[in-house]
Amino acid sequence: MSDSTNNGPVLAADGTPLKRSLRRSLRLQKFRALLLIAPLLAFILITFIAPIADMLFRSVENKIVEETLPQTIALIDAGGPIETIVPNQKVFSALYVDMFVAAENKEHTRLGTRLNYEQSGISSLFRKSGRRVARLDVEVYKKQFEEVDPQWADVATWQSLAESANSAELLPRAMWAYNAWRDYVRADGDNPDKEAPEDFIYVALYDDLIALDDVTSANDLIRKSADAAPDFETVNFKEAFVKFDKDWASENVWKTLRTYSTPYTEGYFLNAIDFQKDFDGYSLRPDNQRIYGVLFMRTLFMSLVITACAVLLGYPIAWLMANRPMREANLLMIMVLLPFWTSLLVRTSAWKVMLQQQGVINDTLVWLNLVDEAGRLVLINNQFGTIVAMTHILLPFMVLPLYSVMRTIPESYTRAAKSLGATNWTAFWRVYFPQSVPGIGAGSILVFILSIGYYITPEIVGGTTGTFISNRIAYHISSSLNWGLAAALGTILLAVVLLLYWVYDRIVGIDNVKLGG
Amino acid sequence: MKMFTKLSLAVAFTAFGTTAVTAADMADEMTIVSWGGAYSTSQQKAYHEPYMEKTGIKIINDESSAEAVAKLRAMDEAGNVTWDLVDVVASDAIRLCDEGLAMEIDHDKVLANAPDGTPASKDFGDLIVSGCFIPQIVYSTTFGYRTDMVGDKKPTDICAIFDTKTWPGKRSLEKRPINNMEWALLCDGVAKEDVYDVLATPEGQEKALAKLGTIKDDVIWWSAGADTPQLLADGEIVMGSTYNGRLFSVIEEQNQPVAMLWDAQVFDLDGWIVPAGLSDERKARVMDYLKFATDTQRLADQAKYISYGPARKSSAPLVGKHADLGIEMAPHMPTDPENAKNTFLYNYEFWADYRDDIDAKFQAWLAR
Repeated sequence: MSDSTNNGPVLAADGTPLKRSLRRSLRLQKFRALLLIAPLLAFILITFIAPIADMLFRSVENKIVEETLPQTIALIDAGGPIETIVPNQKVFSALYVDMFVAAENKEHTRLGTRLNYEQSGISSLFRKSGRRVARLDVEVYKKQFEEVDPQWADVATWQSLAESANSAELLPRAMWAYNAWRDYVRADGDNPDKEAPEDFIYVALYDDLIALDDVTSANDLIRKSADAAPDFETVNFKEAFVKFDKDWASENVWKTLRTYSTPYTEGYFLNAIDFQKDFDGYSLRPDNQRIYGVLFMRTLFMSLVITACAVLLGYPIAWLMANRPMREANLLMIMVLLPFWTSLLVRTSAWKVMLQQQGVINDTLVWLNLVDEAGRLVLINNQFGTIVAMTHILLPFMVLPLYSVMRTIPESYTRAAKSLGATNWTAFWRVYFPQSVPGIGAGSILVFILSIGYYITPEIVGGTTGTFISNRIAYHISSSLNWGLAAALGTILLAVVLLLYWVYDRIVGIDNVKLGG
Repeated sequence: MKMFTKLSLAVAFTAFGTTAVTAADMADEMTIVSWGGAYSTSQQKAYHEPYMEKTGIKIINDESSAEAVAKLRAMDEAGNVTWDLVDVVASDAIRLCDEGLAMEIDHDKVLANAPDGTPASKDFGDLIVSGCFIPQIVYSTTFGYRTDMVGDKKPTDICAIFDTKTWPGKRSLEKRPINNMEWALLCDGVAKEDVYDVLATPEGQEKALAKLGTIKDDVIWWSAGADTPQLLADGEIVMGSTYNGRLFSVIEEQNQPVAMLWDAQVFDLDGWIVPAGLSDERKARVMDYLKFATDTQRLADQAKYISYGPARKSSAPLVGKHADLGIEMAPHMPTDPENAKNTFLYNYEFWADYRDDIDAKFQAWLAR
């Protein structure tokens, strides 16, 4: 054999280079494996990952402001010093057009709810203004345009404007208003080609023409109207809005609008860590509104306590189960699993009956004369109640992994240790315990992560001092409907859990966790 | 992203609600959402059963009213509303209307006139607090107390809540600022007509919390309407707030030593909303049901089963006796003149504006 054949690529039986052939068969294998898990993967992606990602995305999403009041936001977003915050006529007339369309589409109240999270009072301000805007008389604009040229009253004029290329550039707001009008007329089931354009469109047209300085590319109609517009009689929108509600004249509403006009906001996350974002920047919330920091710390602390309790209570049981004869072990196993099969609510309510002041434990203590009638112990509606009930509920998640690990530890090891002179304690602590650590690790992770997200049990037995961050998340999802804040809180909770998992991996090593075998 | 969101939500929803989807699409079925418990039973007896008998349409009950707003919002985003009619409290109806999730109703067109020909909008009067809302009942949040635990002096005044010297023992209050803040201010010397003006200011909110702070250690905070009746029955508390219908059942049906303290009760309304975006066929079916279930006689019938006042003026004279107990229901209604000497009406606009703000302060105060 010559050297050249040795240096050339190794060939497979069919003559292709072995490397490529190998790669292809590996790829085929991978593809086949992927196909096998594809249904599960798709299922998890669609029903689990995607909804969670979507929910978490809400923690920064804030498009509603810009989408509901596009013209207004474009004007006030141009920036400027604080003095320009309470805006001029121009902004109010843009606000009128935006608000009119939003009210027709019933979007203004939605925005009001959104902004009310940041400033009390905006909810009713928007609801009220939306109602009044629809009744405000602005016919004067349309009339004057008709006087300039009767064509303006004809919907065909608008159609041809919409079709011409440069009108979006010349008359951006009028075109926007016209299209918005068409959209909601169509949504009502009518044909916009057969309706007369509504008055508010002419307000937008007027604003456009006033702002227009270069009319060279415009047609006669627009040029003629632009010439006439400065002499038009106008409606004082600022006055009208302030008459709807005097809050429109206040700086605060406009500051809030400008602070939250961006399509994405860090505001929810700041709220979730007891900060606030306002016009002047970030600041810590006043003392009497800070709550989430306390709740996060409490959730972590109590989950740790619950995990520790579960280890302390679960370890001896698991050891007994692993070391007693089969029959006894089975009985114990059933006793561990029995509560596991009982409804969560039933178990929690049972603890209520046990722990309350007129409950079983207190009655027994009074009967034994250990406490007197007036000194009945407060065992529920506080942290103690939550810890007791949750330790009980989560105990099986500790016992089962412990048991499955302990079962595999050969008894001969401890016997060998003892035969070499170790005391019972040394044999347990130096020989048996280290081998059971993977079980403790697995059980602790399970219990800790489960308890961090618990909310039903703390809600029922936790009172005011034993509730978790998840109770607030549930509140924001179902009661206050502040889904952005709920998403931010959820994201932080998820991040904390992942961080703790990473720390755990660095310290204990995730390879040391065993669920069995 | 939007398309993707819709798709994922839709899939997630169909996974949960397959039965509901097919049910809504079937020609003669209707899903009605309510609160469950005795309240749903009263609707079942007074509205659903006679209607099913009359028309043959099958009514499916869903007991999700407590999360109705959140669920309707999720259904709307997924583009698949599976409910036909939803029973909600008035404040939720206003929010649903605000969010565009409920349909605007022309009350006179949809609902039946009173027997004397008064149009529906007049018969319901100012209880129509939102264009989307069809009122059904008036209920109140009020206090009950243990007659055997209060000693010789019975509490008659709302401020008994704050008087732990005369009436020692635990009290239960709802774990939210609404109602509690008003009561606190009232007992802190604020005139009734000024309560909301004071509560709108940060100082007023602090004042109310300070007043509540005087009994903070004596309060068990509840979040489910069934909590206070249970705590009263167990003797855990000496007095506590809950819905008047729950107290009626503790007192009259379970014969517990409990009495009502009607003073400063807060009226609230409960009624129907129709989800936005129903198909014409489903809408027509719902409207037919609504016309039947909210007429004068039907509303009066409901009071046979539960002590909530009918929302129509014309129903009041028709309220009769309890269906099983045979006792007159009128004296147990929150609207009975004897009970309604001093009342509040839930201030919808105020709480729509201030709920988020005051709730944050209230919860921070609770956690302290």
